[in-house]
Amino acid sequence: MIYFAGILGLLNVSAFKHDIIQNVGVAVMGLSAIFAILIITYMKKWKWLFTEWLTSLDPKKIGLMYIFVAVLMLLKAGTDAGMMRLQQSISVGNNQGFLSSSHYQQIFSAHGTTMIFFAAMGLMFGLINIGVPLLIGARDVAFPFLNSVSFWLFVAGMILLNTSLAVGEFSGAGWLAYPPLSELQFSPSVGVDYWIWSLQIAGIGSLLSGINFIVTILKNRAKGMNLMKMPMFVWSVFGSMTLVVLAFPILTVTITLLYLDRFLGMHFFTAGGGGNPMMYVNLIWAWGHPEVYILILPAFGIFSEIVATFSKKRLFGYTSMVWAIWAIVLLSFTVWLHHFFTMGSGSDVNGFFGIMTMVIAIPTGVKIFNWIFTMYRGRINFSSPMIYFMGFILLFSIGGVAGVLLAVPPVDFQLNNSLFLVAHFHSMIVSGVLFGYFAGITYWFPKIFGFTLKDIIGKYAAYFWIIGFIFAFVPLYILGIMGATRRMNHYSNDLGFQPLFIVAGLGVGIIGLGLFMQVLQIFVSIIKRKQLQDKTGDPWNGRTLEWSIKSPAPEYNYAILPEVKYRDQFWEDKQIRYKMTKKQFKNFNVPKNSYLGLVIAFLAFCVGFAAIWHILLLFIFGIVGILIAIIYRSLDENTLKMITFDDLTQEDKLRLKGSN
Amino acid sequence: MAENIDLVETAESTKTYLGFWIYIMTDCILFASLFAVYAVLHNNTNGGHSGQTLFSMPYALAETLILLTSSFTSGLTILAARRNNSKKVMLWMAITFFLGGLFLFLEVKEFNHLIQTGNSWRVSGFLSSYFTLVGTHGLHISIGLIWMAILVFFIFRNGLSKKTIKGLTLFNLFWHFLDVIWIFIFSVVYLMGHVGL
Ligand code: HEM
Ligand SMILES: [Cu+2]
Repeated sequence: MIYFAGILGLLNVSAFKHDIIQNVGVAVMGLSAIFAILIITYMKKWKWLFTEWLTSLDPKKIGLMYIFVAVLMLLKAGTDAGMMRLQQSISVGNNQGFLSSSHYQQIFSAHGTTMIFFAAMGLMFGLINIGVPLLIGARDVAFPFLNSVSFWLFVAGMILLNTSLAVGEFSGAGWLAYPPLSELQFSPSVGVDYWIWSLQIAGIGSLLSGINFIVTILKNRAKGMNLMKMPMFVWSVFGSMTLVVLAFPILTVTITLLYLDRFLGMHFFTAGGGGNPMMYVNLIWAWGHPEVYILILPAFGIFSEIVATFSKKRLFGYTSMVWAIWAIVLLSFTVWLHHFFTMGSGSDVNGFFGIMTMVIAIPTGVKIFNWIFTMYRGRINFSSPMIYFMGFILLFSIGGVAGVLLAVPPVDFQLNNSLFLVAHFHSMIVSGVLFGYFAGITYWFPKIFGFTLKDIIGKYAAYFWIIGFIFAFVPLYILGIMGATRRMNHYSNDLGFQPLFIVAGLGVGIIGLGLFMQVLQIFVSIIKRKQLQDKTGDPWNGRTLEWSIKSPAPEYNYAILPEVKYRDQFWEDKQIRYKMTKKQFKNFNVPKNSYLGLVIAFLAFCVGFAAIWHILLLFIFGIVGILIAIIYRSLDENTLKMITFDDLTQEDKLRLKGSN
Repeated sequence: MAENIDLVETAESTKTYLGFWIYIMTDCILFASLFAVYAVLHNNTNGGHSGQTLFSMPYALAETLILLTSSFTSGLTILAARRNNSKKVMLWMAITFFLGGLFLFLEVKEFNHLIQTGNSWRVSGFLSSYFTLVGTHGLHISIGLIWMAILVFFIFRNGLSKKTIKGLTLFNLFWHFLDVIWIFIFSVVYLMGHVGL
């Protein structure tokens, strides 16, 4: 066992040697980075980038940066998915395909990890940052600086994960790294350590965000907005962040213990030495199952806002929606064992968890019916967010029924670890989580940028995603029933899998078209931004507070903080031809920019990298640096800047003048 | 000296308190997970020693009393701060720091003794979980010590202000919390280990 070895730890030349496919990946990533740097330098935008974006504490900007990073990760992990699909369509019989089995292992591990932690979580935190302060009528989150630290820790984790492509290799132990496979004995390379530390760093960022948004929701709401008047998106974020705070500490502990096994030779999860690998599986799912609800709840919340807005009706069953959210929060801690029915728990225990799993489907069903009743007799506007929603209802219901099927332990004994399971969870996570966030991005885009996205391209994108999804994943349900296991890079010809795998591969191509359309949509919309300009600030005939201010929303959101009497305050205001009541403008403070979030994340990256490669000096440097940065920040008395009447936007001034 | 510092909370500081309480709760879950791990592994001695033969009750009791006393003295800093008596605050802080440091010293000494006598964390699942659970508590204590040093520096430089009193209050929460965790460690690890449960 090597704790620390020399200045460079375990790092040596062989860490930089890769096979051809990895080299192409590294080259593509490296060249794009260099290209981006050159462009920014050429356009002399560094200063702008630094002062307007990287050091900003404005949650709308932080949210956008989250989404930017998440989209990059979506493309990267989507490429992984394409490679896997290609491999499985051709690797039959004598043909070994183009990926070695060890490389294939790394790809599905990287795909799952990247998608969950950096694509889905990134989209989620991005939209929460953008949406929550606006929807509760606040100028900011409770702890703006902490928010920036969270974001940059997320970025540090992301960079660490991608560093594994160039320096060393990534884990091949799957997205949850079950021991004993992930123990040093069976995974002696640094791959699992990369997995551990990128999750650890990003996870701590998520935990801090969880605390931040709970306090924001409890303390920063507009006057008069009691809990039962909060928009449904805010409720769903409240539920999701509660789960973050309850579940993420378990993840922190679990992967720390795995690291201690690997680094210090402890025996938590080792097969020998008095360790207990099953304990890892229990712990990781005690976090992992809540995690899927962490991702889905805010997406549900977005759909609730969108369905009400685009149907021009009040959300049906508000109270039951709130109850459903909290039922899900509670129940999501009582079902984790359904991920390992086959691992020897006995029929009574399996029976209990099977029933609990079916019970948790009930609140979700309540929500689906509420949305449908909201649409019933509404004047529905089928813009692209609604197309995503319709796709979601269809595919999510299919996936949900498959899930209830899997909750029956005897059925699960047949289908566990098969592609049926893969199809099930992608149904939930692509049509639920991704579609929800795509719809949310389209919905709030004008509030952030001041112009809407070109809807017709968005509709094409949505249709490509939905049809592509059906092609890519319905074959997997069938393949699963035929006995195809997951994580399989090669199969024999007489199994008859190949045609279905080819169809699934085509499906990914169609999804690729959808992704292309989404990127195209953004470019076209930027070019046509004059035509698409949102002059009123209320492009969808909205219901909640954020549509009462101009687009793009100013840094401080609301020049005068709103007061709330109704659930759909802005809608009610519009009905009574609301006139501005007289209100005196008062100066207020917003936080100044800070670069310390960046610094702390850089140091956290150093800590992670040092822990992976056993580099003692770098490790100490990182830890001490972080301490100093925190102390330095707490010494700083001068973190706010004042916004006076002169700083307001033209439009806010006019409104204030009109009301005075 | 007699004038009392206005302790009326501003909106900002109630946010900080709420945020800190939630943080403490997440830390609770962290320790709960470690306790659960210990509960699962504590009989997996892998042919090595068990808690019954390794732990000395008087030693653990001494550690407990020291930490409890430090919790008491740290509470006294708040009383002194209410009376705006910064000298007393620093005195009680110094004593708390000393007691906390002594506790940490005893813990490290115990760890060292175990390792020297061939009972390191590499021996068994039981010892891995023991070192990790108790060590995580010790890590928190070390952070508390650093925090105390910074607070004393602040109070020394700026005197008692709203900001320093807020820091002091938060620190107290943290320190009492570590005390409670230690009571659990004492009961679950040392007491139950002693009777061989
Ligand atoms: C965009 C379309 C997507 C496609 C085509 C796709 C495709 C795949 C494929 C082919 C696998 C490997 C299946 C196997 O074991 O053989 C896989 C695994 C996985 N995917 Fe996706 N995926 C997509 C989106 C997502 C998203 C959005 C997420 C999560 C947010 C996700 C999470 C996962 C996870 C966790 C695994 C399991 C990895 C493992 O076995 O350790 N995927 N996906
Ligand atoms: Cu689950």
